[in-house]
Amino acid sequence: MSEELFTNLAIFVLSLLVGFEVMSKIPATLQTPMMSGANAIHGVVVVGAFVIAAEANSAVFYVLAFLGAFFAAVNVAGGYTVTDRMLGMFDRKPAAKPKGEADQK
Amino acid sequence: MSALQTVSSLIYLVSAICYVLGVHMMRSPKTARRGNGLSAIGMFLAVITIIVTIIVEGTIDSVGWIVLILGLALGILYGVVKARKVPMTDVPQLVSLFNAVGGGAAAVIGIFDYLLKGDGASLSIAFSLPVLLDVVIGGITFSGSLIATGKLSGHVPGKPITFPGARLLNVIVVLAILVSAWLMLGYATNVWYVVLALVMSLCFGLLMTLPIGGADMPVVVSLLNAFTGLAVAFAGFVINNQVLIIAGALVGAAGTILTLQMADAMNRSVANILAGGFGTGDSDSGSAADAVPVDVKETSADDIGLQLAYAQNVMIVPGYGLAAAQAQHEVAELAKVLTDKGIGVNYAIHPVAGRMPGHMNVLLADVNVPYDQMKQLDDANPMFENTDVALVIGANDVTNPLARESGNAISGMPILDVDKSKSVVVIKRSMSTGYAGVQNPLFSMDNTQMFFSDAKKGLQEIVASTKQYLE
Repeated sequence: MSEELFTNLAIFVLSLLVGFEVMSKIPATLQTPMMSGANAIHGVVVVGAFVIAAEANSAVFYVLAFLGAFFAAVNVAGGYTVTDRMLGMFDRKPAAKPKGEADQK
Repeated sequence: MSALQTVSSLIYLVSAICYVLGVHMMRSPKTARRGNGLSAIGMFLAVITIIVTIIVEGTIDSVGWIVLILGLALGILYGVVKARKVPMTDVPQLVSLFNAVGGGAAAVIGIFDYLLKGDGASLSIAFSLPVLLDVVIGGITFSGSLIATGKLSGHVPGKPITFPGARLLNVIVVLAILVSAWLMLGYATNVWYVVLALVMSLCFGLLMTLPIGGADMPVVVSLLNAFTGLAVAFAGFVINNQVLIIAGALVGAAGTILTLQMADAMNRSVANILAGGFGTGDSDSGSAADAVPVDVKETSADDIGLQLAYAQNVMIVPGYGLAAAQAQHEVAELAKVLTDKGIGVNYAIHPVAGRMPGHMNVLLADVNVPYDQMKQLDDANPMFENTDVALVIGANDVTNPLARESGNAISGMPILDVDKSKSVVVIKRSMSTGYAGVQNPLFSMDNTQMFFSDAKKGLQEIVASTKQYLE
């Protein structure tokens, strides 16, 4: 086993453990936004799309690089935008609170 | 390590820290949005770093720049427009779509490197194994998530799709994936080996998702989300980029925990869900065969309007049927009509009401329902005793008193104590059972009246009649 592979494997395993630890009990209200937020994070695959585009040198590879860039960009840009929209609604709620109380009275 | 590599590695490390802290902050409603913002900053740093890296290294040619920029621009445009425009009811399928393309991108990277670095030569297992895992997992999440998107949006029937020989076909596909693995790991690179692995993984994703009912889809989407994380991590092994490994593994692990919690909140196990064949997708499928039992009292929109107009405290209990009918605007309008006349209105929100855990809160927040009117299970239950009218809209299992008894499919599930209120009005399309397939004795109780209607149409009629009595 090369040193590089071992380093990567160690990073992989430790990151898995961090992932298990950081995700303790999530209130149900936040489960959908959390899923969407995690979805945006694996949009980091866009970095890989840059890497392969830099190595492309023939038609097949250009097509693959285009596909990779397109897919990854949809994932990362859409993922963060929709998560922020969802969480923005939770933000707005305290602001709407006084208005709601006024409505009730 | 060159200076560039050192700096870029350090920045990647910073962005990895942003992801971990971001996820950590997203566990609490107060910090959730900033958490997502922090994770986005980490992403921005990573993208800037890779841009600088490929410019300095200079291996990219002009066609490479064109395809890269074109792909990114189109992807960003499509993703952002979709994410901005999507109605909140359709968010689950959009997340699933974004997940599909993430898996697709990871698979593309694996195929690219296999073909480029292989070029007919033998590869070490240390390289070809991550490629294989990347392509197989990426392929499964790509097709599986697309089917999940289709099921949630109604383009693919939500009911479990099974056919004779499905199990045998499954076995054949798995064997074919194993054969492709053996070819890729043991032999010199050949484009057809990786094509076989990709096509068979796509088939597997299809076969895995089709037999699962639409109502179980949220858990499946979450599971596939975790899978994509792993695919991205393996793509990181392939191109030797550690930020992909860290972020991918983080999502893989965190997504797994989230999946288990979601399944738990829905009173289902992940193994049961994956076995498939359960649930119809639409709890109120409204088939003609569901006869109305004699002991159920039917009522009209006019009568409900009268009851609401003379009530002091109204509790609205929204469920899956409300989300499916996209009736959140109508519900908010009814509540406004009532509160304007000084009638107290609250919403009792079960943790799994809606299409996904927490989805109902998002839907109601979207139509400006005040935060303090949304009562979670523990706060709502003591309020039912002082409730004059409990208006149950498209909810079923979460109100079923049978959950308090043992020996049925929903035993032990926390429910809303709707039956304790003075009068219960249930708006529902038919008498069909809910997702769990259990009859609901609430519907035939003395103080319960049924209004058989689509949530949206029924609420419009009720708003009209309520206004009439309040004027």
